[in-house]
Amino acid sequence: MAEHYSSFEPKGTRWLLQRITAAFLVVVLAYHFLLLHFVNHAADITFAGSQVRMSQVGYFSTMVLFLITAAFHGVNGVYNALVNQGLDGTQKTVVKWLLIVAGTLLVVQGTRVASAMTGLF
Amino acid sequence: MSQSYDRGLIEDFGRWQEFSAGMWAWIFHKFTGWVLIGYLFTHVAVLSTATVDGATYTQTLQGLESLLIVRFLEVGLLAVAAFHILNGIRLLFVDLGVGLEAQDKAFYAALIGTAAIAVASIPTFLLGAF
Repeated sequence: MAEHYSSFEPKGTRWLLQRITAAFLVVVLAYHFLLLHFVNHAADITFAGSQVRMSQVGYFSTMVLFLITAAFHGVNGVYNALVNQGLDGTQKTVVKWLLIVAGTLLVVQGTRVASAMTGLF
Repeated sequence: MSQSYDRGLIEDFGRWQEFSAGMWAWIFHKFTGWVLIGYLFTHVAVLSTATVDGATYTQTLQGLESLLIVRFLEVGLLAVAAFHILNGIRLLFVDLGVGLEAQDKAFYAALIGTAAIAVASIPTFLLGAF
């Protein structure tokens, strides 16, 4: 293929998941930026405003799904970039598990934050 | 008809003057990706003040927004996100084999689009900062 250069093993599961999450994130990241910087200015954000948004089931679900896909896409991207740089052997295994733990903690904490923003917990 | 090119290792950054548009796109995509995942951890950490109480959350966000440097960093973050999104769309098309012959032009379009979005956002981000 002309000028093909990728950090991924072509057609692997992580390769495919990276593309699927990318397609979702392109839309939701743009929406997130527009809503919280242009519709509502960041300087005017208050807990009450966040609570109104997070109390809507559709918004809450979208934000949690956004968190999960962004964490996966980011952590998977970092892992593949490091493998591409030559990470191998024991170091590769250690880094893989560190990234899995970090990504999981990020999703757990982010979900706690989103739940706290509903004001119900 | 597809052709193969051996441009050498992109990791050999000392050769940067020989890099093609696609190689620069690869480097910028990695760089913006590292910034975005780093920011995501920071973002969740700051928003975690919501788990303390509502007043702490509001004070923290408004305190950060009162700093001029934060407003400029937000413009930078938008530029990074815009490039990663626009070049990401380009990559999805490249992976589908669509428009391969125009992938270099698509990279330049992503750069111009990023610059336009970043410049156009400055008044919004700096509103009330002075």
